[in-house]
Amino acid sequence: MSPEATRQHDLTRLSAADLASKLASREVSSLEVTDAHLDRIHAVDSDVHAFLHVAAEGARAAARAVDARRAAGETLGTLAGVPIAIKDVLCTLDMPSTAGSKILQGWVPPYDATVVRKLRDADLIPLGKTNMDEFAMGSSTEHSAYGPTHNPWDLDRIPGGSGGGSAAAVAAFEAPLALGSDTGGSIRQPAAVTGSVGMKPTYGGVSRYGAIALASSLDQVGPVSRTVLDAALLHDVIGGHDPRDSTSLKDAWPSFASAARAGQQNLSLKGLKIGVVKELGGDGFQAGVTQRFQEALELLTSAGAEVVEVSTPSFEYAIAAYYLILPAEASSNLAKFDSVRFGLRINPTGGGTVEDVMSATREAGFGPEVKRRIILGTYALSAGYYDAYYGSAQKVRTLIQRDFARVFADVDVLVSPSAPTTAFKLGEKLDDPLSMYLNDLTTIPANLAGVPGISLPVGLAPEDGLPVGIQFMAPAREDARLYSVGATLETLLEDRWGHTLLSQAPDLAPQEMFASEEGAV
Amino acid sequence: MAKAELMDYDRALELFEPVLGFEVHVELNTKTKMFSDAPNFFGGEPNTNVTPVDLGLPGSLPVVNEQAVKYSISLGLALGCSIAPSSRFARKNYFYPDLAKNYQISQFDEPIAFGGSVEVELPDGRLFTVPIERAHMEEDAGKLTHVGGATGRIQGAEYSLVDYNRAGVPLVEIVTDIIYGAEYDAPELAKAYVSTIRDIVVSLGISDAKMERGNLRCDANISLRRRTAPGEPPAKLGTRTETKNVNSLRSVERAIRYEIQRQAAILEGGGTIIQETRHWHEDTGQTSAGRPKSDADDYRYFPEPDLLPVEPSAELIEELRAALPEAPAIRRRRLKADWGFTDLEFQDVVNSGLLNEIIETTAAGASAQSARKWWTGEIARVANARGVDASTLVSPLHVSELVALVDAGTLTDRLARQVLEGVIEGEGTPDEVVASRGLAVVSDDGALIAAIDDALASQPDVLAKIRDGKVQAAGAVIGAVMKAMKGQADAARVRELVLERANA
Repeated sequence: MSPEATRQHDLTRLSAADLASKLASREVSSLEVTDAHLDRIHAVDSDVHAFLHVAAEGARAAARAVDARRAAGETLGTLAGVPIAIKDVLCTLDMPSTAGSKILQGWVPPYDATVVRKLRDADLIPLGKTNMDEFAMGSSTEHSAYGPTHNPWDLDRIPGGSGGGSAAAVAAFEAPLALGSDTGGSIRQPAAVTGSVGMKPTYGGVSRYGAIALASSLDQVGPVSRTVLDAALLHDVIGGHDPRDSTSLKDAWPSFASAARAGQQNLSLKGLKIGVVKELGGDGFQAGVTQRFQEALELLTSAGAEVVEVSTPSFEYAIAAYYLILPAEASSNLAKFDSVRFGLRINPTGGGTVEDVMSATREAGFGPEVKRRIILGTYALSAGYYDAYYGSAQKVRTLIQRDFARVFADVDVLVSPSAPTTAFKLGEKLDDPLSMYLNDLTTIPANLAGVPGISLPVGLAPEDGLPVGIQFMAPAREDARLYSVGATLETLLEDRWGHTLLSQAPDLAPQEMFASEEGAV
Repeated sequence: MAKAELMDYDRALELFEPVLGFEVHVELNTKTKMFSDAPNFFGGEPNTNVTPVDLGLPGSLPVVNEQAVKYSISLGLALGCSIAPSSRFARKNYFYPDLAKNYQISQFDEPIAFGGSVEVELPDGRLFTVPIERAHMEEDAGKLTHVGGATGRIQGAEYSLVDYNRAGVPLVEIVTDIIYGAEYDAPELAKAYVSTIRDIVVSLGISDAKMERGNLRCDANISLRRRTAPGEPPAKLGTRTETKNVNSLRSVERAIRYEIQRQAAILEGGGTIIQETRHWHEDTGQTSAGRPKSDADDYRYFPEPDLLPVEPSAELIEELRAALPEAPAIRRRRLKADWGFTDLEFQDVVNSGLLNEIIETTAAGASAQSARKWWTGEIARVANARGVDASTLVSPLHVSELVALVDAGTLTDRLARQVLEGVIEGEGTPDEVVASRGLAVVSDDGALIAAIDDALASQPDVLAKIRDGKVQAAGAVIGAVMKAMKGQADAARVRELVLERANA
């Protein structure tokens, strides 16, 4: 590599926190950093396909503006000038926002989602929009209408979903940060299978305004990154009350970055009681996943934490309840895609009534998984079935909330593997929706209860060499606790390994691939 | 449209008992819409008073208008309802292009107000208590314009245009319980009920309450129950129809009468009533079949997950209760005393549904008697002739200006009627009509004296009689002068001047 290429390569390897300090000291410019990431995208994204849209010119213009203001002596926000990738579920004024669906192909919203506006106000540099399962329905990003994203660890494998694009972009060093959305695990499960960090905040902690709704009572926007501190820094930017979202909390939040830094510095977990959720592990979990998870528990214990097993019997019904509540809300949320005001319009031959046009548009514009869930949800809400399905699911939800409340009376955080398996092969579960749904077993309870959850990498499964994630959950509003505990475990693990997990991922840049092929010969 | 068979009204009432129920939608006059910060202003360029929320754009979220909640609580209290300490919005799901999200945010099983009643005064002064089941908050839909058809209705139209300016306008829907016992007065009760609701919302100041503009809309449910002989058990309730598009107080009364006569004819002819919505046609005075409606319509209601429950504090409810204006019945008693109207005069005003117009006219400066005389007299006459509500013809402010012109002697009653006609025709304010039509009384004595001197000179015999003290003879001269002045003179002043000139 030329010195220039090496410098660029090194810039993409830095954490957001490190980039931010180099930008603040003017050791590098935002334009350099932005170009480095755009070059990286150019080099690897034809293989990874993390992005649906790359806004190179917009990103460079924003970077130049930040550099000019910094040169003029302005004091800017902590992450000013740091590039970020945005999940395509979020509305952006200057970029198409499709939610991975044909029905919104090319649609450019007339407004920014609140979180996107906050990114711009904090002078982050949006690089583009990332791929996702259509309307966030899926666990593999294979349900994107624009083709799947590939896992940077093994391009034949899924990057998780629905936010596979955001996780893969971060894991493939195409962006140091990304925004995701998590309805049943769409931030945490992709983070787990790509070796990155993903945080689902407390429901109401981050505004949903401008996030194209899947299931309103479950959706939550959150950060995706390579380190716990980076996630916390981004959470500090996007969090807080939004008068445009009635479900957003009015709480004053502590600094999550401070909590993460405290966790990095104080490695003793003395006094912390950790509950291992019996129902979210054991039988059916991949051996390597369980092994790395157990090792992480030992590490936590050796750091002084008290680790106990807890039981939450109602979690057994979480997936069943989730797959009634989610489709019910989604069937209503997706009714607006009718061709009348925006998006795709299919006019059947020979004209037709508005019903004909709406039907033809929805038939052509929605993929099979979306149709499956609209049908499920419509059925669950129908007169005569409401009590048996939607009504019962809401009761289960209440029981799950009670289970959380009961165990949180005794422990400070709960812990489980982030997903039952490492990344599966593309196409492996496409014809088996139920098996796909089961992949979210571990992440769904947090959404049903509205509590925060974070996933961070704990190593590679011995049998396949793929990343394994651990999930911590805390009571609602205790997001800071997760950043603190997460940062401690991350530091302990990296001290033991002597490197970050993602530094072990294959480098996808063409010259390296060429070199390794030569080496193989 | 085939003309429906109608039974004589008296005969229909002999055979059947009318059973009523009303759903009245009140558009609230808040500054912004129910769930967005778009101006609550319907009209203007289509699709300009809209935000991403009103257009149902992906990612947009509703936020409840607190003023609309307060208005709804006040209305609930004025209807004698209990206010729910916690009520919830729900989604009513159905596909229709005037509904941006393809669901309406409404209230379903947890309305903000429930269990009240309203006292309504019938034309004979009898009080009737209408039971109120509930009042709930919801958002209005957009407006469709069907283009290319002959009738402006969807049938036969080539395409339809949607204006979302009205989408999201705050509504309160007031639903009555089933109303029994209206009997012969059912049509009058219907009118009196809607009129009372209008009085209430106007006195609360929460709606412009113009029926012709759709601020106040009434859906009237009617069914007939066959009478049974004394001692026999009562018959089952009949199948109901729901008549929509009833856009005036007058229409409410006519539509109910029509449906009673139509249903009675069908039932007596051995037919059955279809449960359906019916569309009222003001021009023909008939209803026509709309879409079949069944109780099985499945709107897949579920609690709106984007909104929190509405939980007004007890303090707020008490504050709003304390600020309620007096109840319509008490208010009417007070107004009657204040205005010094006789029982007959006051009943006339109440029956005409013009109470608020008279209040506003007196507030603008006219005397109560003058206001009453104009509204229940000439304006009501024109309204009747045109088949519209008097309130739609002219504003209270213009009526008070007209009265002032008469009081100042600028107009005679006869001239004032011509000015009123001009105002109704949209020629401007009374002052502008006086100027443009040249209708002012000639108050220039010089012009009058010249005409009087001419008339006296041409009728010397009359002059002699006047000078002999036969004052009544002056009539002939006054008549001639008024004719010469084309009626634009004050007859009393002419008389004074005639006597003055004759005896000069």
